[in-house]
Amino acid sequence: MSGFEAALGRVPLLLAQHFLLSAAAIALGLAFSLPLILVSVRRPAIGRLALALAGLVQTIPALALLALFYPLLLLFSATVGGRLPALGFLPSLLALTLYAVLPILRNGVTGLAGLDPAVIEAAEGMGMTSWQKLRLVEAPLALPMLMAGIRTAAVWTVGAATLATTVGQASLGDLIFAGLQTQDWALVLAGCLAAAALAMTMDGLLGWVEHGLRHRKRRPALTAAVVIVAALLLSAVALWPRGERTIVIGAKNFSEQFILARLIGHRLERAGYRVEYREGLGSAVIFSALQSGDVDLYVDYAGTLWGSEMRRHDRLPRAAMIAAIGDWARRQNGVRLLAPLGFENAYAFAMQPARARSLGVASLADLTRVAPRLTLGSDLEFLDRPEWRDVRDSYGLRFATTQPYAPTFLYRALGSGRADVISAFSSDGRIAADRLTLLTDPRGAIPGYDALLLVDGAHAGDTRLTDALAPLARRISLSAMQEANYRVDRDAAKQSPDAAARWLARRIGLE
Amino acid sequence: MHNGCMPPAITFDAVSKLYGEAAAVRSVSLEIASGSFIALVGSSGSGKSTLLKTINRLVPPSAGRVLLDGVDVAAQPSALLRRSIGYVFQNIGLFPHLTVGRNIGIGLELAGRPDPARVAEMLDLVDLPHGIATRLPAELSGGQQQRVGVARALAPGPRLLLMDEPFGALDPITRDALGRKVRDLHERLGLTTIMVTHDMAEALLLASRVLVMAKGGIVADATPADLLAGKAGPEAEALVAVPREQMRRLMALDREA
Repeated sequence: MSGFEAALGRVPLLLAQHFLLSAAAIALGLAFSLPLILVSVRRPAIGRLALALAGLVQTIPALALLALFYPLLLLFSATVGGRLPALGFLPSLLALTLYAVLPILRNGVTGLAGLDPAVIEAAEGMGMTSWQKLRLVEAPLALPMLMAGIRTAAVWTVGAATLATTVGQASLGDLIFAGLQTQDWALVLAGCLAAAALAMTMDGLLGWVEHGLRHRKRRPALTAAVVIVAALLLSAVALWPRGERTIVIGAKNFSEQFILARLIGHRLERAGYRVEYREGLGSAVIFSALQSGDVDLYVDYAGTLWGSEMRRHDRLPRAAMIAAIGDWARRQNGVRLLAPLGFENAYAFAMQPARARSLGVASLADLTRVAPRLTLGSDLEFLDRPEWRDVRDSYGLRFATTQPYAPTFLYRALGSGRADVISAFSSDGRIAADRLTLLTDPRGAIPGYDALLLVDGAHAGDTRLTDALAPLARRISLSAMQEANYRVDRDAAKQSPDAAARWLARRIGLE
Repeated sequence: MHNGCMPPAITFDAVSKLYGEAAAVRSVSLEIASGSFIALVGSSGSGKSTLLKTINRLVPPSAGRVLLDGVDVAAQPSALLRRSIGYVFQNIGLFPHLTVGRNIGIGLELAGRPDPARVAEMLDLVDLPHGIATRLPAELSGGQQQRVGVARALAPGPRLLLMDEPFGALDPITRDALGRKVRDLHERLGLTTIMVTHDMAEALLLASRVLVMAKGGIVADATPADLLAGKAGPEAEALVAVPREQMRRLMALDREA
């Protein structure tokens, strides 16, 4: 089976979720816009305000809008005291709804405002009440224009829904993001093609409805409506949870996380669980997702939790740090630190060996002197992380420029000389493969980064689950992880995370 | 069709309409007898359309009252009032998404008593073939459209017909034919009719009484015969002079030929 066929195999379920999410957002956008349109017709000032606000929302990048709903919902959830999901379907739905409002609102308002004044005068002169005028004249005449707006909204929404992946809602974006991360272009292509096909199909069906309305033909409009409803039902049936509740395994947005998620998933499947993956979650949201139960299991790193979640800046030995994290996690809605996996994926600063030699740099302390002439390349979030601030302040590092890259491109930037130093990950296979020089940390500014398997409160006491995962404890060596990562990250003969996970299982003697 | 009772008489009681500081209509008081055919003549901006629309409250007056048979038009909801008054205007305003038949029947539909037979009857009345009922307005000529406009206004059986420059956009032949038709319907149906026009010749030929408006007030009020005889004052005379002069030149041409 080729990579593309394998990727296509993942499409149907993701397509169903993508479609349901988009359709719900369009429907909600419509429900929100229609009353506003009606108010706008009688009170143009409100219409102008609503259009200005909708336009403002549209200028926020979709990715940022989705991300903004996460803290907003957390805050709201806290004030109502309830357990409102801040990740997944709800924030995606709300953000996409806001996105869908503008085209619907604008076309609706424009359609009504642009009606022939003579027709309106006739309607009033004939003695229509405000409601009759709306029902008999304004609505039918503005409907084609409104439908055109709904079509625009549908295409936008389907496109933007690929970004829902980043807030933990499964969508076709899962394929695109995972594919981009691991440079698996078959995956990216499958995701893009499916999303484009969905957008075109929805546009076509709505076009049919519009055609029917415009020419006052009932049949095409009805046919299209039936097809849409049938597709909704089919998607709902495909996604209907059956039997045992599935275990949701979370993963951040890099290869090692994808591989570990599969490694865990394969073991759970063998133990009889149904498994679902939420990949591409941001570091900032994934722990909250575990706390709230949106994600049941994932692997995080000691130093990340230490700095970002626990907000600690002190340095402890690895074992003491892990124990402290375990205690702290239990107080976070009963999250259980199941076990360290055995390897560390620490932040490390890497240089080309020749460059390091010529500058006389072997440690972070040596870097202080030459940094003002150098460019630091980093991953997308490193420069905003507390670990970077600790290292920077501890060594007084001041680089000429700092440039964030997507992780895959980071090593290329170092190879091409566009970056002199990069923030690497110690478990990255490319460090060994490219024979990069890792700078030592004589002052111990970088905390320990033991990979830790975390389980949410709901499954902390599930012994069948914990027993299935127990063999993973302290089992994965740094070199085994590096090799597994390299299988996915290398440029030639790439493997999928799934295949790399099976390889890793054999490598550590679990298969 | 003539239902026996008298068509309404209209009273304007000190009616004014202000738009900000500007007065479109200045304290007009006037009696219009039941069954009359009134032409309201004046140049653009004289206030004639505004005065007409105070009757069906498309323009609510700033001051004063309009009475139909002694009852204030503001006494009932505007929508109900308008269903009892036929209204025809220059831009016609046929509903483009409804068939001709549905357009004509809309008044009865609004009143909750739809009557398909009435549509055919109305088409006969305005000399249009029945087959036209299933067409859309865009497929009709301008003259046919205004005939449909008249049929739509008269279908619910109003006794008062208001027309605002009804033939302004039509070619002269259609205009003449439709003018005669309306005058004929006025008689047959027993209506009170008020027609706003800027064309004095049209007013003289159709109306039984001509009101001349200027700057929001009535400046002349006379029969067509008195107007032609120059008995209606200087403003009216200026308007009558145009068709009178045209007629004189046409007759001179005719003699030469």
